[in-house]
Amino acid sequence: MTALIFFVFAGIAVFCGISLVAQTHPIASALSLIGVMGSLAILYLQLGGEFIAAAQVIVYAGAIMVLFVFVIMLLNAGAEGASLQVSNFAKYVGILLLAAFLGLISFAIQAMLPKTEGVVFGAFQGGTALNIGRKLFTVYLLPFEVTSVLILIAILGAMVLARKEI
Amino acid sequence: MDFFILSLIKAAIIAFVLLTTLAYLQWIERKVIAHIQLRVGPYRVGPHGLLQPLADVVKLITKEGVIPSHVNKVFYLMAPFLAVTLALISIAVIPFGPQITIGPVTTWMQLTDLNIGILFVLAVSSVGVYGVALGGWASNNKYALLGGLRSSAQMISYELPLALAVASPLLLANTLSFRDMVNYQSGYWLGFIPRWNVWPEILGFVVFMIAGFAETNRVPFDLPEAENELVAGFHVEYSSMKFAAFFMAEYANMVTVTSVATLLFLGGWQPPFPEPYSDFVPILVFAAGSLVALYHGLHPARRMDRFTLPATALLFLGIAALFGVSFLVPVLKTILMALFWFCGKVGILLFVFIWVRATLPRFRYDQLMRFAWIFLFPLAMVNLLLTGLIVALSSK
Amino acid sequence: MPTSVPISWYLILSAILFGLGVAGFIYRRNIITVFMSIELMLNAVNLTFITFSYTLKQVDGHIFSFFVMVVAAAEAAVGLAIILTVFKNRETLMIDDVSSMKY
Repeated sequence: MTALIFFVFAGIAVFCGISLVAQTHPIASALSLIGVMGSLAILYLQLGGEFIAAAQVIVYAGAIMVLFVFVIMLLNAGAEGASLQVSNFAKYVGILLLAAFLGLISFAIQAMLPKTEGVVFGAFQGGTALNIGRKLFTVYLLPFEVTSVLILIAILGAMVLARKEI
Repeated sequence: MDFFILSLIKAAIIAFVLLTTLAYLQWIERKVIAHIQLRVGPYRVGPHGLLQPLADVVKLITKEGVIPSHVNKVFYLMAPFLAVTLALISIAVIPFGPQITIGPVTTWMQLTDLNIGILFVLAVSSVGVYGVALGGWASNNKYALLGGLRSSAQMISYELPLALAVASPLLLANTLSFRDMVNYQSGYWLGFIPRWNVWPEILGFVVFMIAGFAETNRVPFDLPEAENELVAGFHVEYSSMKFAAFFMAEYANMVTVTSVATLLFLGGWQPPFPEPYSDFVPILVFAAGSLVALYHGLHPARRMDRFTLPATALLFLGIAALFGVSFLVPVLKTILMALFWFCGKVGILLFVFIWVRATLPRFRYDQLMRFAWIFLFPLAMVNLLLTGLIVALSSK
Repeated sequence: MPTSVPISWYLILSAILFGLGVAGFIYRRNIITVFMSIELMLNAVNLTFITFSYTLKQVDGHIFSFFVMVVAAAEAAVGLAIILTVFKNRETLMIDDVSSMKY
């Protein structure tokens, strides 16, 4: 059951990733990215990260991607033109080299990790909101406060940059 | 295997009841708005218009589904599907009652309980923005695009006060799952005042309801889909079943928002006063309803009422008798009482939704956004800070 | 099909998604698609963090992932504002046309 869910959602994630790179229209790429984020949220649930899965859907798929979709609709971005300046040779050899590189990395990863343990749904119970809250407000308090300042800077920057010049 | 079959049965029951409720919620809305406006509403199709939803469904199914020529077909067809799927999915974590034991099976009256249940509902409503935005954009129509962008901007702006208003009862109850939230609200102060979250969190409840009005695009926040301002907004190019899907999604969102408000603030399925006395309330309510119907049936205003009103009186008497009979079967009593109180509270909140629709004019769009960012969001934040202060001080 | 999934498969999935993100970043010319490839790379890294947090049975990976999400949100906000400004000045979304500072 775990393996079935993993294969289905990993397949959806890879398919949406390829579609993100290969589609011409930016809205189709944005929807593919939302598909990737949704399937990654299911994989996080399998790995015991229930709070992070919910945060992924609320923050990433529900707010950041809405921002992307708004900007695409606002700028009326159309489908890309067909004149890619990359030669066909470079494109095909590039894809082959990427596949070879990924195969090499997969082999290296598989050789490095112990094969005895696998992922069992429910083996890691520590991903609750309680644990994350505890760690966030005690051990990682400084990064938390610095991140809130970072968000404030981002808000101010976005407001200044997108303002109408009078 | 046992778990799967049980979940399938529960899902089938919930789906059937929910879809019927959505159809008849439209009937209730039309009747209530009509009576507030001193007219009758749907009257001819079946007794008092009771078959009107059926007629509407048949009309919408058999209508010609026109797909305009220059729309982006994939997204045009995907948007209502996305909207209605996400609207129906969040009912899965809503508990309708306590644990019951039917024969060999012990289960809760809930499809599934996640220990991040409240975050799940927030997540689904966050992603529900895409149905509206894509529907508006894919229609290749400037009114639809404007309506879609405005509606999705409104929905994401009001998600902030909604989430902050939800966070205050979470601070009190210290849990994210709906089941534990309702269990936290059990018990009575001084023996008769229920320990609902609405007494300490009245500000949070008001903020939640206002943000809920805006999240579901209801009056007074329904400028993006207004008929006179924006030519029906983002669903102007949709016809037949796709339009029905958007409509159903809006009513399902309304049911979700009121259910979550009931569970978080009004104590869920628990009665407002202690057990032995509150058991007679359903019987009294339905008996009183049947007496009122009988009285009006003796001096009917219209000729048809000579038959339908006594029939309604008989129906209510039958339901009161059912509640009375359930005293002998404890499982049935638990189920019926929990359902009565939960549906009663949700029904009152839905009546408030419909009442507000018939009463208030709509906000202009900049007034709407200003209200969210300048008034409601700081208010929700102040509420959360006060709640945090009180919890911190009282747990020393 | 094994009943439990080996840990290395999650890491391989993360590597594949990261590689796809890099490919999109290099190949595509539309600036918004380039941005989305960056988000894809960040998501792949999140998956790696959560996987190792499962392996080591600690919750710190989740917190790192949370911070990555927050920083990605801030970066997306500012980056899209910059894109809007570039569009307002150059009327184009292709990164090849925004090259007036090149030699």
